[in-house]
Amino acid sequence: MASMDSVSSGSDGAKGTTSRPGVLSRLIRNPAALIGGGLVLLFVLMAMLAPILPLADPFKSNFLAIRKPPSELYWFGTDELGRDQVSRLFFGAQASLLAGIVSVLIALAIGLPFGLLAGWYGGWVDIVISRVTEALLACPFLILAIAFAAVLGPSLTNAMIAIGLSAVPIFIRLVRGQVMSVKVEDFVEGARAVGARDLRLMFRHVLPNTLSPIIVQSTLFMARAIILEAALSFLGLGQQPPAPSWGQMLNVAKNFMEQAPWMSVAPGICIFLAVLGFNLLGDGLRDALDPREN
Amino acid sequence: MATLILRRILIAIPTLFLVSLFVFALQRALPGDPFLVLAGEERDPETIARLREIYRMNDPVFVQFFAWLGQVIQGDFGRSLRTGEPVLGLILQKLPVTLQLAVASMLVAVAIGIPIGILAARRKGTVADYSASAIALSGLSIPNFWLGIMLILLVSVHLKWLPASGYESIFVDPKAAIERLIMPAFVLGNGLAAFLMRHTRSAMLEVLRSDYVRTARAKGLDEDTVVHRHALRNALVPIITLMTLLFGELLAGAVLTEQVFTIPGFGKLIVDAVFNRDYGVVQGVVLCTAIGFILMNLLADILYVVVNPRLRAA
Repeated sequence: MASMDSVSSGSDGAKGTTSRPGVLSRLIRNPAALIGGGLVLLFVLMAMLAPILPLADPFKSNFLAIRKPPSELYWFGTDELGRDQVSRLFFGAQASLLAGIVSVLIALAIGLPFGLLAGWYGGWVDIVISRVTEALLACPFLILAIAFAAVLGPSLTNAMIAIGLSAVPIFIRLVRGQVMSVKVEDFVEGARAVGARDLRLMFRHVLPNTLSPIIVQSTLFMARAIILEAALSFLGLGQQPPAPSWGQMLNVAKNFMEQAPWMSVAPGICIFLAVLGFNLLGDGLRDALDPREN
Repeated sequence: MATLILRRILIAIPTLFLVSLFVFALQRALPGDPFLVLAGEERDPETIARLREIYRMNDPVFVQFFAWLGQVIQGDFGRSLRTGEPVLGLILQKLPVTLQLAVASMLVAVAIGIPIGILAARRKGTVADYSASAIALSGLSIPNFWLGIMLILLVSVHLKWLPASGYESIFVDPKAAIERLIMPAFVLGNGLAAFLMRHTRSAMLEVLRSDYVRTARAKGLDEDTVVHRHALRNALVPIITLMTLLFGELLAGAVLTEQVFTIPGFGKLIVDAVFNRDYGVVQGVVLCTAIGFILMNLLADILYVVVNPRLRAA
């Protein structure tokens, strides 16, 4: 609660952002953000309802239904082992969303404290953290994720760790920049003047005022993480068979392009729509949270 | 200007050092004993001990690091644990394949992204602008490996217009090379086109709002002259540097495209190395990519200084 107070007081007083209802109403009035939010909700429901809905077993092979085209019985057809594509898409949503959430949490758990330290203390702390960040940023994202996945071994958990670790420098840089701009604001100087210590200043006054861009970046990164998980699974470095994931479904489907083209269509559409959803929601959140946009 | 460029070069040195430290740490973190792979099927203890001696594994870690760094500086990126071939040789062999794809993809990205970005900025708030934004967002959201599969299904499997996979050098057989490049270049260039489109639009909007553009209009120049002779030149300055940075991204993006279209390039090299547990190659490719990326960043910084008259005078 205290931090919430800091958000509104700090924002209103120092940065001129509007209060939370304003943000929410701006978000609702943004059609693109609404579409994005709807898509995200749809996939969240898919993932949550997958074990409850009367779907076919996503792991169970049915050799009488191998590579069946879409029909009334199998809406999106079956795969090379006769498994229902619809069921695997629903369970695949769990892998994609989990990858997005866990990798964002990993990136935040490491990136946030280091960014905060670099931005707040400056000097050699900043120099060391920034140089390491630059070195990590020097390596293209996918190559870095592949390198981590190679070290950790192919699995969904390791893919999530790899994606999260490779995003750490982005969050360090973002938080550092935000902290540097907020720490010189009058309300921070005021709090310092009344005797607040570093830790209190950092966590009660500075951090809450850097949250907006972090929320936006986290939402946009969810989109990137979903694509990256799909990419790693497509390369065979993520979710391992027989467990379903959209990328891994595409990895198998590419071997049956001529015999069973439907196997490639639905997983790709799911990835596209989920990524689009998070991108639209992230853009909408940026418009709603960033006072310069208004 | 020379001081600025020199400063940029000096800043790149610690980054390069840290990247090499990171890659070295990555190698040490690898699971299992790579020397068991190197020693072959017999796993003779004497051979393993000799290999450990050759690779200085019995020395303290910092001695190992600086010895390895010394080799890297001399162009020795290590050897493939599988074939024993020098990693640098393998990379140099695959790099032209990926460069050909990267250049073609960049051409596609520029041909699509910049004109649509300019159009969107000139017609801000119209249907054309919203359509361009929608195209850009879709381009950023479509997974390129899926787009590749869909194109193969449509263009190669159904229409039988283009070959689904393979590689040919543009210098050996230009026709066959172009036929094999169209789809992968479009797939890889598509995401970058979206990126360029967004940046061109915002750069153009900023320039079109500036005083000198208003003055040009006030002088009575027609809109095309204002846009092409005055606004575009300045708007393209940040775009050119951005393109240099994107080139590094292209090399990374090629990993997936090469996998879909079975192109024997740089990306396929790293993926195959991961599956063969050929850590020497993985390490070499990561280090080479990072060095290439840092050099591209450096080039972008220098280009920015060179093409920006205000910085040039500084």
